[in-house]
Amino acid sequence: MLGRRSTFWLLTIPPLLWLLLFFVAPVILMGLMSVREDVGRSFFNFPKPTLDQYGIVLEETSYLRLLGLSAFMALVVGVVATALAFPIAYFLTFRAGERANFYLILLLIPFWTSYLLRVMAWKLMLGSEGVVNSFLVWTGAIHSPLEFLLYNRGTVIVTLVYVWIPFAVLPIYAAMARIDRPLLEAAADLGAGPWPRFWRVTLPLAMPGAVAAFFMVFIPTIGEYVTPLLVGGSSGSMYGNLIQDFFTKSADLPLGSALAVVMLAVTIALVAIAARLINVRRFAAL
Amino acid sequence: MSARIGPAGIGRSSVPLGTYYAVLIAMLYVPLAILLLFSLTRGGGLSFPLGPLSLDSYASVLSSDALLSSARNSVIVGIGSSTAATALGTMVAILMLRYQFRGQRLLVALAILPLIVPFVVLGVALLVLFRAVGMPLSLWTVGAGHAVVAIPFVLLIVAARLNGVDPRLEEAAMDLGATYPVTLVRVVLPIIAPALVSAWLTAFTVSFDEFALALFLAGPSPTFPVYLYSQLRFASRFPVLIAMAVLLMIGTLALVLVAERIRRLRT
Repeated sequence: MLGRRSTFWLLTIPPLLWLLLFFVAPVILMGLMSVREDVGRSFFNFPKPTLDQYGIVLEETSYLRLLGLSAFMALVVGVVATALAFPIAYFLTFRAGERANFYLILLLIPFWTSYLLRVMAWKLMLGSEGVVNSFLVWTGAIHSPLEFLLYNRGTVIVTLVYVWIPFAVLPIYAAMARIDRPLLEAAADLGAGPWPRFWRVTLPLAMPGAVAAFFMVFIPTIGEYVTPLLVGGSSGSMYGNLIQDFFTKSADLPLGSALAVVMLAVTIALVAIAARLINVRRFAAL
Repeated sequence: MSARIGPAGIGRSSVPLGTYYAVLIAMLYVPLAILLLFSLTRGGGLSFPLGPLSLDSYASVLSSDALLSSARNSVIVGIGSSTAATALGTMVAILMLRYQFRGQRLLVALAILPLIVPFVVLGVALLVLFRAVGMPLSLWTVGAGHAVVAIPFVLLIVAARLNGVDPRLEEAAMDLGATYPVTLVRVVLPIIAPALVSAWLTAFTVSFDEFALALFLAGPSPTFPVYLYSQLRFASRFPVLIAMAVLLMIGTLALVLVAERIRRLRT
């Protein structure tokens, strides 16, 4: 008879195998690719490992500068999206009442729309023949289209904030909805006014949700390459575009792999530091 | 989630926050409205003043074979990858909450980790793997990648539900003579069914709209987002593409809303 113990392997092998094959192995092979001189004829014909690719990454200062810039852009997008989402979560929790679910779905519909098209919509709005420019020219406010609206870092940031706001609301709302109302009533009974109640009860209890929201935006944004591809142009490109270029256009897999390894290391390091700073256990208890 | 109205929060008036919500919603919908307007124009130019509107592009969706086949590819990849991810993620959830073993934390960490690996990194890593073993790119390779990124979502959703299930139910079933696999299938899975549905749908929507991985892994048979991207440089194709996306979105939305209803009925 199959007991708990003998079922163990039945449950372990499929997910373990899948994750080893399609998650661990690719990352290891990418690491191996990054210490090769060139792609070579066969992957399994291992040449002597070299750190040349990493040398290039360090020497070419523009690469690391772009990584820093991408991290900074992700930071800005994460902070702005979280800050804009916070009052929405507050509204849903404390003001929307019974219609909260309806308001939430209304908020999430844009998020269920094709990501590419939501980004494209900004191109249609801001391009030189786009809605904004053609409208301004039509009304006579300007004579020639404004070129600075599209293809720069600012456009990428604005577009990404737009894309992520609905998503950022979710963890904050989840944290706020779990706040015990009696806590707020107790604070009121003890003489705390509305603002002290907000600063000293609601905000601290909602904070884990806000931190989660920030990271749920920050992590995908730091590795972003799709949005810059569409609205960033050459001056708005990010580190992810660099990696993508080496794997597609110039087909320099070893250098591309080294860049990807650096990105992976930086992302994991940032998340590890953050996890240490914000005390994961307290989160889990909430 | 029900929010009781009490003496909570700052002030009593819902006007300032309500206004903020309304403004933000309006800003979120303006680009969507522009897309919709675009799908109703002829020839792909959307500049002022507006030309005549028509439903032509919705009609021509049906006559574009490449478009329809890319949508079909996305449905296939979505169903396959979310089914795999739901099965695998649920297994990890059971291992996490119903077993104690060495390496348990490592396995759980491994299943969560795809959440923090940037898609561009996972995409190129998988590309290196498939090249190394000489596996041609296909819908299978896209599906394998999508299942990996969906596993963390499934694990989190299913574990949250399984956490609330009393383990004594399983013991009772086994005392009555059921094997553990039978207990899982006939006792545990029915109880966590709403979570399984919600996990599957989350995985499906993640896969269906996923572009960053699919661009690297799709090869000769593109999924809908990859096809969409390849066509974006032709302005004249725009209205049809958007029309297709609108139709797909209505489908997804209906699916999500129906599932939400089912989930509420059961709980």
